[in-house]
Parts: sequence; structure tokens; C-alpha cells
Amino acid sequence: MDITYISMAIITMVIVNALTRALPFLFFGKTNPPAFILFIEKSFPPIMMTILVFYSLKGIDVSTAPFGLYEISATAVTIILHLWFKNYLLSIFGSTVFYMSLIQGWIF
Amino acid sequence: MKHNIELKTAFRNSIPIMMGYLVLGFAFGLLMNSSGFAWYWVLLMSIFIYAGALQFAAVGFITAKLGFLDIAIASFFINIRQSFYGLSVLKKFKDTKWMKPYLIHALTDETYALLTSIEIDNSLSKRWYYLFLSSFNQSYWIIGSMSGAIFGASVDIDTRGVEFSLTALFVVLTIEQYKKRRDITPLMIGAIASSTSLMLVGNYMLLPSIVLALIILFALRKQISRGM
Repeated sequence: MDITYISMAIITMVIVNALTRALPFLFFGKTNPPAFILFIEKSFPPIMMTILVFYSLKGIDVSTAPFGLYEISATAVTIILHLWFKNYLLSIFGSTVFYMSLIQGWIF
Repeated sequence: MKHNIELKTAFRNSIPIMMGYLVLGFAFGLLMNSSGFAWYWVLLMSIFIYAGALQFAAVGFITAKLGFLDIAIASFFINIRQSFYGLSVLKKFKDTKWMKPYLIHALTDETYALLTSIEIDNSLSKRWYYLFLSSFNQSYWIIGSMSGAIFGASVDIDTRGVEFSLTALFVVLTIEQYKKRRDITPLMIGAIASSTSLMLVGNYMLLPSIVLALIILFALRKQISRGM
């Protein structure tokens, strides 16, 4: 493998990636951000969280068995556990173990 | 130690991410290993890039000998969503002093999600908590990817399905976000934007979802600000 090429490729990605993370701070770091930015800051997190749920489930194939039922039922287990016990470690561990048992066929 | 409580709280809150990052990182290290990369490339990338999607994509870029400009443009579009994360933590990071560059560097999807969703006790130093949380998360990513690179080929555990922990994390954090304001509108906006993007562009749905959600958000801004 070409060490110079790989290093340069990685440096390119390091710079661009850092830039995408730092952009808002470069623009609004010193001055007070305009009202619409404050609006985004306040109302965006719940929207983004919902998008991330869909994003993390994007790989599901709903056209063949089990038609995404494993993911849907495991998501339901997460919600039920969380509303019930309000302990987010339990919600995450519990539903993940449940999902693994479905995927790996421990039960069916 | 001076910031013991912050350290403990950060560790406790980072545990769900530990599971996800160790496994995902392991998969990345394994991929790098099987693509012929030495372990130090894995280490360098996990320290200095530290972005899951981009690091997986990087394996393809480098093996295809892609030009630097192409790499730059592709990386920009893969990770531009992170700019929106920065927008919603501007205030949180304002008084973080020397920690700020690292906090910005370590602002991944999952760290952003934790930082904005889980409230910590007001008696704790927020900036130390942020620093510990971000460092824990990155250390999981580094440990996971290094293990994948070094031991990957010889380990045989059935981890199928463990990636659901990240979905579960986002579901839990969505519920926590909902509890803050008891308003279903943002959740609906997110669901509509992401299911539409998923249907239109499939796997590349993240950025279109954000843009679409922002458009809907601004169209409904009068209604939403009234509820705040």
C-alpha cells in the first residue's frame, strides 16, 4: 500500500470532517446567533432524534419475511420498558437482548 | 479526584453507547484488516476522523484510489449533517473553555443525542461532564476498532442483532425529548421527513431528512414557538 496516498487521503477526511463539525462555531462562535438559529437550537433535538431512529432502522427489508416485524416488536419493547421502568439502561439492554434472541433464533 | 461525580455520571450515561461503539468499531477494524490495512491506520482514523459512516466509506475511497477532491466532496456530504448538531449545542458549549475544540471534534450522532437529551443535575460541572462523556464515547470507538483490527480474524462470537442497541438508544432519547415539552409535533415532523426521504433516496436519507424537516419546521414555526 502507498503510505503517502493513504496519509493524504486520511488528512483530507480529517480536515473536511472537522470542518463540518466546526462550521457553526466558526460562524456563530463570537457573535450572538440570529433568531432563526436559536429557534433551530431549541426545536431541533426531538426532530433529529426521531430521524435517527428511522436512520438506524433504514436497513430493514420489509419485502421479505419477517417483514421488519423483529425491528418493530423490539422497538415496541424499548418503548414499553422505558415508559414502565423509566430506566434507560434497562430499556436498551432489555430490548437489545430481545432483538438478538429474535435474529439469532433463540426462541423460534 | 476533583471531578469524580461528573466522571461517574458520564460513565453511567455512556454505557449504552459503549455497546454500540464497541461492536460497530469492531466491525470497522475487521473491514480495515480484511482490506489489507495495518492496525496503525485504524488507530489514526479512529482518533482523528472519529466518524462512523465516513470511516466505513473511507475503506472504499482508499481501495478505489479516489482523488483527493472527490474524497473531500464525498466526505463533506456524508458528514454535513454534523453542522446541524453544532447549531443546537452552540449555547451548551459556550463556556467550555479549552475543552471546546475537543468537544466539537467528538460531536458524533450518538454523543450529540446524549448531550441534548439527558439532563444532568445542576450541581455538576457541565463542561467536565461533557468532556468525560465525549472521551468515554471516543475511547469505546478506539478500543472497538483496534480490537477488530488486531483480533478480528480470530474471534468467533455471535453478535448478530447487537446493533439494535443504537436504535434502542435513539428511541429512548426520543421519549426523553418528548417528555421535556409533551409536544408530539417535532416527532411527527421527524417521522414524516425521514419516511419520505427513505422512500425517495433509500440509504442516503439522513441529509435529505434533515433538510426536509427544517423546511417543515420553518413552515410551522408560528405554531411551534407558541408551544415553547
